[in-house]
Amino acid sequence: MPLLTADDVHLSFGETTALRGASLHVYAGEVLALMGPSGSGKSTLLHCLAGILTPGAGSIRYGDRDLARMSDAERSTLRRGEFGFVFQFGQLVPELTCLENVALPLRLAGAGRRDAQRSAATWLERLEVADLAGKRPGQVSGGQGQRVAVARALVTEPAVIFADEPTGALDSLNGELVMKLFIAAARDTGAAVVLVTHEPRVAAYSDREAVVRDGRVREQEPAR
Amino acid sequence: MSVGFALLGLLENGPRHGYDLKRSYDEAFGRDRALHFGQVYSTMARLLKNGLVEVESEPGDGPERKKYAITDAGITDVADWLSRPEKPEPYLQSTLYTKVVLALMTGRDATEVLDAQRAEHLRLMRVLTRRKNEGDLADELICDHALFHLEADLRWLELTAARLDRLAARVRP
Ligand SMILES: Nc1ncnc2c1ncn2[C@@H]1O[C@H](COP(=O)(O)OP(=O)(O)OP(=O)(O)O)[C@@H](O)[C@H]1O
Ligand SMILES: [Mg+2]
Repeated sequence: MPLLTADDVHLSFGETTALRGASLHVYAGEVLALMGPSGSGKSTLLHCLAGILTPGAGSIRYGDRDLARMSDAERSTLRRGEFGFVFQFGQLVPELTCLENVALPLRLAGAGRRDAQRSAATWLERLEVADLAGKRPGQVSGGQGQRVAVARALVTEPAVIFADEPTGALDSLNGELVMKLFIAAARDTGAAVVLVTHEPRVAAYSDREAVVRDGRVREQEPAR
Repeated sequence: MSVGFALLGLLENGPRHGYDLKRSYDEAFGRDRALHFGQVYSTMARLLKNGLVEVESEPGDGPERKKYAITDAGITDVADWLSRPEKPEPYLQSTLYTKVVLALMTGRDATEVLDAQRAEHLRLMRVLTRRKNEGDLADELICDHALFHLEADLRWLELTAARLDRLAARVRP
């Protein structure tokens, strides 16, 4: 059974129809690239899958649970416990150090300060940015910041990581390094990754791709 | 190679004389490499022998008077060619362009041609990416070179996909 399923999802923003019958399956542990032209609905679909947006019609299921039938509290528990997020930039809290940023999801889940910081330090090390622990996001480069963001997404060992153009603001050498470390770490923890990208070299880190066009998806079958 | 399929595909919208075929080909695909008459007739002779076209005119007429029509086997051959992605290697543009234009001209789904090719390219890019990340610096540099070329092809595919409507308006009969 797929871990996540979008079934005939429709979603409009006022007059603009962003999704018109989008269906997609995400399997446990796989890296799935979402490609397609600008404005085709990739981010909107990602937000639906992550329970951030609610479809106007159709359903999103996590395992066999319909996200639309959960209470807000249940949905945010799901998001905090099972999902991780990496965006293009601007996701780190500027007032906190890199270490505190990575520890934050654990703190929100109720972990003690010392335990949270110990785990966070391990993750910074895995992403090869241990030396940035005491710096604030404003003091690190774009590529370093993205590696901190990846560490923060992985620290709770989520089942799915949603990444929207995680290397979109980086040059190709830095983007490559982020992808290499990100995907290796995700594969280690067994997390599935839904990766929105328009860069073929980034998509080449995936196991398969799905193409979004005009709010619909053409999905490549998973390899058997 | 793709000349044969292109000539065949051009016959899908109706039978034509060799001269007419050459003109349509040059107009659609031959911008910097117009066909020679000899090439048209030798290609048509091969297609005829393979049962992919048939001749409609009276026997005894010269080659320039022959009218060619595509057979069912010919139509199947064009469809197979369009749905079969090209082996990913650099500088495929002219073959892919021919495929896309032919798909549009014959009312087939050109995005399917592009998507199949993207999948094929990505398959190879995944292999190269894995090899690169498991190998030494030399592997890395060699694989990167190939990856940049494949990426360029893919970017061109994306741009073409985004311009299909405009292209269709120009090439549809
Ligand atoms: N908050 C919003 N309000 C209104 N319209 C929106 C909103 N978000 C997205 N849209 C519209 O919905 C459509 C799909 O947008 P979406 O952001 O999902 O595209 P995308 O595929 O992620 O594009 P890009 O590659 O440029 O990020 C677009 O037409 C966009 O203008
Ligand atoms: Mg987007």
